[in-house]
Amino acid sequence: MKHTKPVFYFLFVALIFSCSSLGFQSDELVIDDEEFGIEGGRATDPVHAIPTSTPASRRRVDLDSSSDSKSVQFTLEHAFGDSTYSPAGTFTARLKTWSHGGKTLTKLRFSRNGLTDAEKDAFKRLLEEDNFYTIRVPSNVLNPPGKGYILSSVPARCIPRESLDEHFVIHTDGVDILALNYGSAGSCQYPRPLKFPKKWSFNSYTVMKNSEQARRTPTFTEELLAAETGEEEALKAPERSFWSKYWMYLIPLGLIVMNAITQAMNLPEEQQPAGQSASQAPQPIAQRATNSAARRR
Amino acid sequence: MAARFFLGFLILLLHSIISCGVYEDQVGLADWHQRYIGKTKHAVFHSHKTGRKRVVVSTEENVIASLDLRTGDIFWRHVLGENDPVNQVDISLGKYVITLSSEGSVLRAWNLPDGQLIWESVLQFSAPSRSLLHVPTKFGLERESVVFVFGGGWLHAISSIDGEKIWKKELYTEGLDIQQVFQQDDSDSLYAVGFLDSLQFVAYHISVKNGEVLEESKKSFASGFYGSMLLVSRDILVALDASRSSIVSIKFSRGSVSFHQTYISDIVPEVAGIVEIVPSKLSGLFTLKTDASLVLFRFNSIGELVVENTFSHPTILSDSISITEGHQVFAVMQHAETKVHIAVRFVNDLTSEALKETIELHPQRGNVQKVFINNYVKTDRSYGFRALLVMEDHSLLLVQQGKIVWSREDGLASVVDSTTSELPVEKDGVSVAKVEHSLFEWLKGHLLKLKETLMLATPDDIAAIQEMRLKSSEKTKMTRDHNGFRKLIIVLTKAGKVFALHTGDGRVVWSLLLRSLRISEGCECPSVLKLSQWQVPHHRAMVESPSVLVLAKCGPDFLQSGVFSIIDSYTGKLRSSQKLPHSLLQVIPLPFTDSTEQRLHLVIDSNFEAHLYPRTPDSIDIFLREISNIYWYAVDYIEGIMKGYSFNGKCKADMEDQYCFNSKELWSIIFPAHSEKLAIIATRKMNEVVHTQAKVIADQDVMYKYISKSLIFVATISPKAAGEIGSVTPEEAWLIAYLIDAVTGRILHRVIHQGAQGPVNAVVSENWVVYHYFNLRAHRYEMSVIEIYDQSRADNKDVLKLVLGKHNLTSPISLYSRPEVVVKSQSYFFTHSVKVMTVTTTAKGITSKQLLIGTIADQVLALDKRYLDPRRTASPTQSEKEEGIIPLTDTLPIIPQSYVTHSLQVEGIRGIVTIPAKLESTTLVFAYGVDLFFTRIAPSRTYDSLTEDFNYALLLITIVALVAAILVTWVLSEKKELRDRWK
Repeated sequence: MKHTKPVFYFLFVALIFSCSSLGFQSDELVIDDEEFGIEGGRATDPVHAIPTSTPASRRRVDLDSSSDSKSVQFTLEHAFGDSTYSPAGTFTARLKTWSHGGKTLTKLRFSRNGLTDAEKDAFKRLLEEDNFYTIRVPSNVLNPPGKGYILSSVPARCIPRESLDEHFVIHTDGVDILALNYGSAGSCQYPRPLKFPKKWSFNSYTVMKNSEQARRTPTFTEELLAAETGEEEALKAPERSFWSKYWMYLIPLGLIVMNAITQAMNLPEEQQPAGQSASQAPQPIAQRATNSAARRR
Repeated sequence: MAARFFLGFLILLLHSIISCGVYEDQVGLADWHQRYIGKTKHAVFHSHKTGRKRVVVSTEENVIASLDLRTGDIFWRHVLGENDPVNQVDISLGKYVITLSSEGSVLRAWNLPDGQLIWESVLQFSAPSRSLLHVPTKFGLERESVVFVFGGGWLHAISSIDGEKIWKKELYTEGLDIQQVFQQDDSDSLYAVGFLDSLQFVAYHISVKNGEVLEESKKSFASGFYGSMLLVSRDILVALDASRSSIVSIKFSRGSVSFHQTYISDIVPEVAGIVEIVPSKLSGLFTLKTDASLVLFRFNSIGELVVENTFSHPTILSDSISITEGHQVFAVMQHAETKVHIAVRFVNDLTSEALKETIELHPQRGNVQKVFINNYVKTDRSYGFRALLVMEDHSLLLVQQGKIVWSREDGLASVVDSTTSELPVEKDGVSVAKVEHSLFEWLKGHLLKLKETLMLATPDDIAAIQEMRLKSSEKTKMTRDHNGFRKLIIVLTKAGKVFALHTGDGRVVWSLLLRSLRISEGCECPSVLKLSQWQVPHHRAMVESPSVLVLAKCGPDFLQSGVFSIIDSYTGKLRSSQKLPHSLLQVIPLPFTDSTEQRLHLVIDSNFEAHLYPRTPDSIDIFLREISNIYWYAVDYIEGIMKGYSFNGKCKADMEDQYCFNSKELWSIIFPAHSEKLAIIATRKMNEVVHTQAKVIADQDVMYKYISKSLIFVATISPKAAGEIGSVTPEEAWLIAYLIDAVTGRILHRVIHQGAQGPVNAVVSENWVVYHYFNLRAHRYEMSVIEIYDQSRADNKDVLKLVLGKHNLTSPISLYSRPEVVVKSQSYFFTHSVKVMTVTTTAKGITSKQLLIGTIADQVLALDKRYLDPRRTASPTQSEKEEGIIPLTDTLPIIPQSYVTHSLQVEGIRGIVTIPAKLESTTLVFAYGVDLFFTRIAPSRTYDSLTEDFNYALLLITIVALVAAILVTWVLSEKKELRDRWK
């Protein structure tokens, strides 16, 4: 037992190291969750695509059991409209075996086979008919085709730009492929115009997507009390200014005040004429008096 | 003075508009609630004692209920839930209702008068078996307080006083099927008889005292048995042999078993085809069901089998009941067109009839399926009989003295699908008298309301006001209203009956039992029932009536051909019905209508070929024009595969049929079987209206919602976590949520919730999805929201560009473009578990949304979508607050006032349907389960109309008073001026 402890510690440290190195390794994969492999039209040697770099081997030295990686290949097949499937390219990925037994695919590379003349004609026909170009991959990488093939289709007219631009998103779960999202690299117009590419070669972008963890539900244990009391406030509408709260009272009030002011303004004016009339009053009376006097006369 | 009036009026107006929740006196104004029980399986009468006469029933909806024999009202009712089906029901000690449920593993006693649970006993269970309940009927003896239960391979004796287990005995061996548990002449012993591997007859003779097996007798029968046996008399059982060609009578007495085989063709030569023993208790008689008739047999005095009578179909026999010592009777129901002849006959002497009656039945009820009889003593001391009839449409009738005393539409407890229909447009030409009358009523009502407002009303007045509100003739009219509150809800039940319910008061306007789905017409179990709007006339709404389409098939088999029926929505008349020449897998209503406004439907058959309906040249023109843009998908829940299809030319099988199209597989998604199991798929409602794609957020920025009709939400859970909550550790459980575009098969978003377990409920609307699941780590239910925004339009923010038209907002979008979406999500704890979930829909989609949640307590809770906003933060900024963002909390609040069902329960809630009214603010809500509930809600309050309670009289009086005041002050001022002049 006493011997095992240092060994265990060592393993632990090694594990941490390996984890960090793994973290570093998978930085570009796990955090970005995707990797672009831009390949030309010609098939490249798949061996070149697998980086047999030293860190990997060193890691294997560090701990044999916790992680292991080997390369796997699976083929992409395509069909033109209703035609049968034929191989179109090869995906190469690194299979990583984790200490807990899980396996994941990383470092996806893709090499497209060039289009043969027959395929080119078939593709042209598809473009003219505005029909679907369909591709498929096996649903399990290790023992293809697994539960069946994963299909994906796109109207052929979406693909041609300068060359044939295609974009793959492969959703994986361990060594299983869930779905293959295939389409043009950019947007696809509708209605789709007939357009032939200048270069009859594929320009492929591949992205591999792994699972994304959901955020944990926020828990405020210490704020619970505050939240409970604050809930009432939360239910209410957000706080409003004095004006927005009481405008319906303020406007009539303003009207009344204005009314009162105008009245008050009018009052002195009216009083002035009234005063004038008061001062002038004797005159008409006098006039009247004179009139009456005149009438009496 | 005028200003003060105005102010007062303004304040009054404000107060009348703001109203939240439902006040006590508003209950029943816009809502109605109907209670049902479902199709009756067993019925036990309790009418001997004085007091209220009642019948206790158990139903296929797992309800036990006590019904008033006089009115059919429910005294009490218990819904045992989906996983607790009632197997047997009986009355013990004259005061307890004993129910055996969950395949014989739970025994309960309920108090007969009020339905209180007296005791509950959970019984030992080792293997699924028949569940049998034997309640000794002899009165006044001690042993009467014991009930015997067989279930799960165990025989139990249980005290009916407190549910205590007196003894138990395991009677389980591999292949043993115990079929009857009975006592012979109330002796101290009990018999349990059954078949072993359908080859051997086994009888256990068991002591009642301690469960000891006194004797075990076995005897093999070379040709084997078919189905189940029936106890005919105290020591004779009958069964069919394996070839169903002969009747085997099994005579057993202490220790000895003897078989006697009689060929059916020997005694009834005309019988041909498949025969079956009808499981009934006729004490000495038994019946055999053949293709053509029902044959009644009896063992004569020397033990030979003789035919007593032959009844032609459809005939139903009841179990026998004893009226006096030694006199047993049973009922025979025979159909003749729409009439039913009821005859009650003596078991001993079939020729004499104790009762003979004929009743007229509504043709839409179908045939009688079950009958239970009960006797009573008439005023002249002779015996009278009442019969409880269970009809083909699952309704329940009580017949007494040749009349239907009451009827219950219990088919409405099993609604499978629903749709709505507008009512007819109101025709002109209303008589003047009517107008005057209603005007008078109107004024009277408003005067009363005015009195109430001014607090002058007496309690009588208040009662009158309440009555007037509830019985407003306005809401039950059979015509369309301005606000779109009055509609017909058309529901389809499991029995294949279509009902039209009025939204005003929930009454059945018409009902139609589809002939092609009736059991008597050879449709054993109607399934995949789908109700859809077929024709909604707009141009000719005055002359044409709308119609609905019912699609169904008989039997669960995929290869069964479907039935296609069109029903007039106003009258309930069957317009046309046809049997489809192909099978029925999926129905897709298309968003197109032909020139007669019939909706185009695609029916997908089991070969994935699509058939277009209606079969008119017009519809095919429309369809072919759009065929390149029509996609559909299919889901295989068992295999975990989703596949997308488009159409590709004519059918291969039938090139002649121009309405048949071949499908081409476009995409597939395969969920790995070891890590994911499909749990739920949710889609947007096809008729949902989105007001605007743009969402202006706090900092005056614009976000564009990703709005696509083809957006589907899929949730998968780990296969290990498919069981009950708590059956796995959090490490083994996860839930994966997907947002998938159904046209291209693209996964737009995929996210894993570790430690989450089903059951999953989800609702999709506009650009968001809300789903509910259990969080094993936090030991709580949780709700998550995902909102998805379109980034490809995000740069359309320049006002100048928008003004000059330099934007891509009007260009068509193709789903084949590479999606540029951003996703925002958040999770919140939620206290309740959820049965169903839906979202409110309004006419224009302007009103804010509420989630309607069917809770475990069978209530409907309205939860504002604002609480499920992923952009909630702990401390929102001032501008965010202005936008209406609520500060982040970890739990969603449950506000008691926001229960839509207020104090009511929609027992066994299975679905909530929301229907937009014409008024933008209002949504009609229809919830169904065993009960039905309807109400209307306004998620943002009724901002676009005055409430019904608005006091027009007060307004009128105010105006009159104002005018009067103006006149008076004018006259006064005139006078004053004159006076001033005279000074």
